[in-house]
Amino acid sequence: MNPQALIDGLIAGAMIGLGAIGVTLTYAILRFANFAHGEFITTGAYLSLAIAGALAATLGAVAPLSPFSITWVLVLAFAGAMAGTGLVAILLDLALFRPLRRRGASVIITVIASFGASLALRSLIEFVFTAKPAYFTRELQIAMPLFGGMRATPDQLLILGLTVVLVVATHLLLTRSDAGRAMRAVAEDPALAKVCGIDVERVVRLTWLLGGALAAAAGISAGLLVQVRPTMGFDLLLPLFAAAILGGIGSVPGAMLGGLVVGLCEAMAAQTVGAEWRAAVSFVVLIAVLALRPRGLFGVRA
Amino acid sequence: MDASLIAYLAFFLTVALSYAVLTLGLNVQWGLTGVFNVGVAGFVLAGAYTSALLTTPPVEGAPGGLGLPIAAGWLAAAVLTGALSLGVGILTMRLRSDYLAIATFGFAVVIHLAALNLEGLTGGPFGISFIPRPFASLAGNGLAFGLANLALMAALVAALWLVLERLKRAPWGRVLRAIREDEDAARSLGKNAVRFRLQAFALGGAVMGLGGAASAHFIGFIAPQNYLPILTFQVWAMLIVGGSGSNLGAVLGAVLVWGIWAASGAAVDLAFPPGAQARAASLQIVLIGVSLCAILLARPRGLVGQRFRRKPPQG
Repeated sequence: MNPQALIDGLIAGAMIGLGAIGVTLTYAILRFANFAHGEFITTGAYLSLAIAGALAATLGAVAPLSPFSITWVLVLAFAGAMAGTGLVAILLDLALFRPLRRRGASVIITVIASFGASLALRSLIEFVFTAKPAYFTRELQIAMPLFGGMRATPDQLLILGLTVVLVVATHLLLTRSDAGRAMRAVAEDPALAKVCGIDVERVVRLTWLLGGALAAAAGISAGLLVQVRPTMGFDLLLPLFAAAILGGIGSVPGAMLGGLVVGLCEAMAAQTVGAEWRAAVSFVVLIAVLALRPRGLFGVRA
Repeated sequence: MDASLIAYLAFFLTVALSYAVLTLGLNVQWGLTGVFNVGVAGFVLAGAYTSALLTTPPVEGAPGGLGLPIAAGWLAAAVLTGALSLGVGILTMRLRSDYLAIATFGFAVVIHLAALNLEGLTGGPFGISFIPRPFASLAGNGLAFGLANLALMAALVAALWLVLERLKRAPWGRVLRAIREDEDAARSLGKNAVRFRLQAFALGGAVMGLGGAASAHFIGFIAPQNYLPILTFQVWAMLIVGGSGSNLGAVLGAVLVWGIWAASGAAVDLAFPPGAQARAASLQIVLIGVSLCAILLARPRGLVGQRFRRKPPQG
């Protein structure tokens, strides 16, 4: 097998892992599988495009930050898009999920609602931006030789580095800060957390903000390395679920590791079975986990 | 009324009733049992392709094309899709309810991929054409052909209705509702909840496969792009608007939502210039998505549905 599959798999896995952290956090704290999470990825990518477009219109052309293909205008747009997507997630919660929670709707009703929200958001993005693929930059990048015959572009290495920073920051936030402790307390037992004086709604907002921002980061990576399309997030949804369940619901390192495993499996399958079967890999991983170890690598027994 | 209007109405109702078959299938799974299926499109696809491969006329060098009678195709579609549902169910039924949702979603993705990639068997993106249509001998007379097909689809819906309504009132259906309402209580009475859920899931899947076969034969050709997640979503919208748990609601919802869908499509055609119609079609989907969420918030019982009383999970 070509060693390049390792790099390709790691990069795809980093994107999946970033998205899967959001899935696993909302799953652990709000207790439902959010089918609209893929659309947060898409939202992040298109928000970046919109902000970068607006900035470029006022500032004019800017030279890229060598050796990367992105400009500092894009960097600003990415930061704005992460915050904006977190906000979109909170707004969706206010409009849809919070009223359902208030009414004590069953898990499955909430899941259907998220399915409906996914379709509506995706089609709205397609209406506003059309289905035509878009790109952050038209710069060409030459892949640099690494060790062992593997190659990667500077952008790819940047994305890997950024992913490490985001994952470590999220992990530290959850394990070392008061806000993170509150989140874990709500994940354990919402009623008990409430009795202990934790503002559960605040924790919920923080969860959406964090999940949305990380999803936007995944969307930005996918947009930078591949392209921006209205279905980009929805196509990632099954890998996200597979990664989150493989890692164990509620575990941030688990989601990241699960993402890397799914990404590497996809890259290996693309080389051995054929790239057209890539989308089936997550299903195989998912079924294997559900059959062999349903609580995942780092999950606790439900 | 002139003949072309009647022919159009017959066509509209036949399509709506083919959706009603799918909605009845979903009602067995979700309405009666509370089992969640996000892969409806995958099961419909499996049924449609099974029947198409068995009944299309033989072609030199191509697999399938057994030229069997249409009834044999329908039967095989129901049996195979039921077996597939059983397989997916066995893997996930013991787990959390939304793991089944994720697994069925994955099933639909994979089976769609298989229909696209196994070109030798499925015709790849171009699908299968020349699927035999019922009453093909009447095809010269559009009105008679349309009415005969409407009668056949209506007979299928009526037969399914009778069987499902009977099952719902039988002890089997009462156990399902008991499990849906309070699983612990049902189990304490010695009912094996997992087994009953599996049976309902397989039965619902078989009905969906049958519906897929029926509509494939009515239209005459199939392609993977007819079985995207939007189909799953439409069927869900129909059941929820009509009212889950009720077979009447399932059929009413199918006709009503298909009517709204067709009318809003026509409105989009009128309101937007031809160049912008693809774009406007996505607006149509936004409206349907938002209305589904609004119904879930405002009237989760739908038009005629039962109140859903499943307890929220403890802890």
